[in-house]
Amino acid sequence: MSPDSISALRLSLQVAVAATALNALVGIPIAYALARRRFWGRSLVDLLVTLPLILPPTVVGYYLIVLLGRRGVLGAPLYQLTGWTVAFTWYAAVIAATVMALPLLVRTVRAAIESVDRDLERAAYTLGRSELRTALEVTLPLARNGILAGLVLAFARALGEFGATLMLAGNIPGRTATVPLSIYTAVQTGESAEALALVAVLTALSCLVLIAANRLGARAA
Amino acid sequence: MRAIGRNLCVLGLVLLATAGSAAAQPITVSAAISTKDVVSELGRGFAASHPGATLLYNWGSSGSLQKQIEASAPIDVFISAAALQMDALEARRLIVPGTRKVIARNLLTVIKPADSRVDIVKPGDLLEARVGRIVVGNPRTVPAGQYAEESLRALGLWDRLQPKLVFAEDVRQALEYVARGEVDAGFVYTTDAAARGRAVKEAFRPAEDSYRPVVYPAAVVAGARQPALAAAFIDLLLSREGQAVLSRHGFQPPPAGTR
Repeated sequence: MSPDSISALRLSLQVAVAATALNALVGIPIAYALARRRFWGRSLVDLLVTLPLILPPTVVGYYLIVLLGRRGVLGAPLYQLTGWTVAFTWYAAVIAATVMALPLLVRTVRAAIESVDRDLERAAYTLGRSELRTALEVTLPLARNGILAGLVLAFARALGEFGATLMLAGNIPGRTATVPLSIYTAVQTGESAEALALVAVLTALSCLVLIAANRLGARAA
Repeated sequence: MRAIGRNLCVLGLVLLATAGSAAAQPITVSAAISTKDVVSELGRGFAASHPGATLLYNWGSSGSLQKQIEASAPIDVFISAAALQMDALEARRLIVPGTRKVIARNLLTVIKPADSRVDIVKPGDLLEARVGRIVVGNPRTVPAGQYAEESLRALGLWDRLQPKLVFAEDVRQALEYVARGEVDAGFVYTTDAAARGRAVKEAFRPAEDSYRPVVYPAAVVAGARQPALAAAFIDLLLSREGQAVLSRHGFQPPPAGTR
């Protein structure tokens, strides 16, 4: 494999790990809230979190540009304050992958939390545990396999993200060209051997991830 | 009555469908995206003067269009933004011999967002800290990027500018990055800059002797399903009328003796 392909592979893993961590941080609380709480705007949150699953990645990418671009709703003030903009950096690839992976994580984790026996939570409450401690010590440990399966799926989705990444992060070799983008470039430029190597690596990784997710899912059920 | 009405509808649809297949097959034009506005305008005129002829367009960077033709995409006419991609097809006998003609010339320019207050008047300014990101077409597939690389290398700037460079998939994407203000400067053709005159402005033009002349060769693709109409379309591009439209869009006439 060429140095560009190796750097693409390293970058992809880096982006997917970061996006999975962000998903855990943001997605698990959202999944818990959706599963266990009734609050104002709940269906809106549910809708927004699920949309990236349904929308074409390019549409998500477009929204991200409108939001985070140098002239974006959040991007413009950020640029004025710091002179820095997220577009065309590897952080942009992480954000795109995080948003695209979020629905998979939230849906899987939410289902896992919903299947936890509420009586066990109520028992914890009667023993004086707060909701936070109950969630951390009872609910989430019982939903562990579902959460792991969700994280594995999110990782796989982040690893394969193409459209939103291309729009927000561009396709810069060594900086934002992840494996899917490098495959696209390799095919466009007729480097079939390079494309084949990357395709094989990505397929193998995805198979491993799916097997892991299935095992975890089987144990969860 | 309703059943009859429905049957008539079905009959109508069948007639429409057969009429569609009886009409001439469309001419598919793969053209460098920098020619998008002018080629689609000329295409409308061509369709008007050739009853029954319909044109389909496939825009992109000349490099990606070349790869598609090499992968036997069903294309009738190829219009490239550089000789290189056409040479590659010609070497593989993928264009019809004798149909290759240069239809226009263009110039490279450096643009910045219309509301930019960043001072860029000469190539050396691109090195300054006030200039952040610079977009060029990916030189692997985009001729505008290849010309930009050539020019920057001639000036000894290419390697030093690497950390600032952002690659675009085609020249119009580079144009959009600048128009959207995502980057501080970009290399496009003067015709692209004119096409988005309200969103971008020219900063400076690289010296014309620092890069190969930008020429647009057109040719009929080998195995074209509409070779006669394809050749007629290229003739239109070269005709006085076609050249007038090209000139109105800012293209220059083909230099004598090039192909």
